[in-house]
Amino acid sequence: MIDKQFISSYQQNKKKRKVYTILIIILLIFISFMISMNTGYIRLSPLQLLETLIGMGTEQQNLILFEFRLPRIVISVLVGMGLALAGCVLQGVSGNPLADPGILGINSGAGLAVVLFISFFPSTSDVPVMFLPVLAFIGAGVTAIIIYALSYKRGEGISPTRLMLTGVAIAAGISAAMIILTLRLTPDNYQFVAVWLAGSIWGSNWMFVLSLLPWLLILIPYIFIKARVLNTLNLGEVTATGLGVNIEKERLFLLAAAVALAGSSVSVSGGIGFIGLIAPHLARQLVGGKHQFVIPAAAALGALLLLVADTIGRWFIQPSEIPAGIVVAVIGAPYFLYLLAKSKA
Amino acid sequence: MSAYVEPSLEVKKKGLKSRPVIATIILIGGIIGLLLAIGISVSIGAAEIDVRTVWSAVFQYDSTLVPHQIIQETRLPRVIGAALVGSSLAVSGSIMQGMTRNPLADPGLLGLNAGAAFMLAICFAFFPGLPYIYIILFAFVGAALGAGLVFGVGSLAKGGLTPMRLVLAGAAVTALLVALSEGIAIYYRINQDLAFWNAGGVSGARWENIKIMASWVILAILAAIVLSKSITLLSLGEEIAVGLGQKTGVIKLFGTIIILILAGSAVSVVGAVGFVGLVIPHITRFLVGYDYRWIIPCSAVLGGGLVVLADLAARMVNPPQETPIGALIAVIGVPFFLYLTRKGGQPL
Repeated sequence: MIDKQFISSYQQNKKKRKVYTILIIILLIFISFMISMNTGYIRLSPLQLLETLIGMGTEQQNLILFEFRLPRIVISVLVGMGLALAGCVLQGVSGNPLADPGILGINSGAGLAVVLFISFFPSTSDVPVMFLPVLAFIGAGVTAIIIYALSYKRGEGISPTRLMLTGVAIAAGISAAMIILTLRLTPDNYQFVAVWLAGSIWGSNWMFVLSLLPWLLILIPYIFIKARVLNTLNLGEVTATGLGVNIEKERLFLLAAAVALAGSSVSVSGGIGFIGLIAPHLARQLVGGKHQFVIPAAAALGALLLLVADTIGRWFIQPSEIPAGIVVAVIGAPYFLYLLAKSKA
Repeated sequence: MSAYVEPSLEVKKKGLKSRPVIATIILIGGIIGLLLAIGISVSIGAAEIDVRTVWSAVFQYDSTLVPHQIIQETRLPRVIGAALVGSSLAVSGSIMQGMTRNPLADPGLLGLNAGAAFMLAICFAFFPGLPYIYIILFAFVGAALGAGLVFGVGSLAKGGLTPMRLVLAGAAVTALLVALSEGIAIYYRINQDLAFWNAGGVSGARWENIKIMASWVILAILAAIVLSKSITLLSLGEEIAVGLGQKTGVIKLFGTIIILILAGSAVSVVGAVGFVGLVIPHITRFLVGYDYRWIIPCSAVLGGGLVVLADLAARMVNPPQETPIGALIAVIGVPFFLYLTRKGGQPL
């Protein structure tokens, strides 16, 4: 009896600690949010910030905050969450600790679709923007299928390294195709591709927030619900089947969700890699391996990482800026190398 | 294709399979083809110049004629630069593949090009106006930096240096170095100088640079040919090479220096162009067999030809704009790379 009580109280303590960890991350997001609101060419004191937020700012302050900075911050948070969860699901489903929508080439597929679309419909009138995530999803989905098919080998199935190599190659090929295709159009489009490839948060107005939001509102809860399935998949195929999980079906749906998350996120943010790699890893270090905790922690960490990266990028050299994707790569690539050095053959 | 599915086994079974006759044909035919391609490339451009004028511009230069000036000042250095870049990338790729027995080795894939490009970005940012003779040294150091990072991480891993892991490490190191170069470029507002060059292009080639670069490249390729016999032995396996009395450590050191010089010089002229060093050595090996005494000169000729043609295509695809060569070559290189990875990356 005493033992049981002890264990359950111990478990509850552990659970509490995990919840606290997630709350601390959310607090950090809030702090970065305040700092980020204050970062830019025109500085606003915290008091001015508060005034503007509760609706008492001058016209100029309103314009800066609500039309320029706030949508961009919201986009960073949403995209960070989307990419982190996409990576989390990819890692969970494939059992490959190095999986990331950027490295696997899924992002570049989405990018190609977006760039082609922008090239043909340069005006950002209402309908095309809402349409972007759909296109990105299609592009990402087709790319994912191609990568999967190319790395599948009869008798051996999918080996994690071959999957990654195929992804790297496809990403290189798609970037090249993007450059060639858009050079044929106009110099402006070439500039857009360059910005997209560098991973700058380019879609920074409320229209883009609106186009991205429905996707996240549907997909994030879906992944939350499937946390248990991800846990069982981690135990291996045999165990998962034994526990009554329809592996093939669940895998397919989860992969589709990950592709949709990555595609829709990237469609407004540009090709940002490594968030989907780092966030789930850090999350597992902080809250353990259970997906009920990993998923919210990874989402929060992804949002935090991208928000901080974008803020650093804007703060570093005013008035111009370093694309968030570059900042993320500088942090993320060494982390990937570290994981690679740790991984077994 | 089945002839080289399992090269190492094949070689052990049948002894060294070399095709000197085909190799000689490739060498002679390749040089003629290369000269022809250079001639065509020089005569095609914004101002059409017929081949006869090209000939006289080269051999009876008359500085008062405008076509002669165009050819001597802009087109010829550019084409010669392209040929040299192609040769150096192809030769460095074939030495890498031979020495490490890694079929996926390529200066672009293993981070050498990105390292050189990174050092050049530093060069442009901190020492603007540095003469090219020093810039190229920076490129060598950069190539060494990239290679050191990739091989360092690769050998830290528990499973050792597998071809695939090296490529993954190369991809990550490249991502890191490219991000850092772009950051530097934006910070010091030199991104417009670097943007096109990052994607790869020889439009900026000038005589004084080409001369310096050519002396390095030719020296390195000659050294590679001297070393080629030992590289053949190394490509059969470290034990075999040691057993045959080779000082493998010394050979590897010299081989590495040659690779770094070649990759660095190429990048200092053209920017980061990948896949030449991957595709050309494989094709050459398929054609001439496994003797590096033939592979190295043949891949120099074929690599030069590929980049000259790619440069020609880069100007023709969408005139008057130029398509980056790197992008064009990736279109050929990526499917080839996928084909190699599907075969599982068996050691050479």
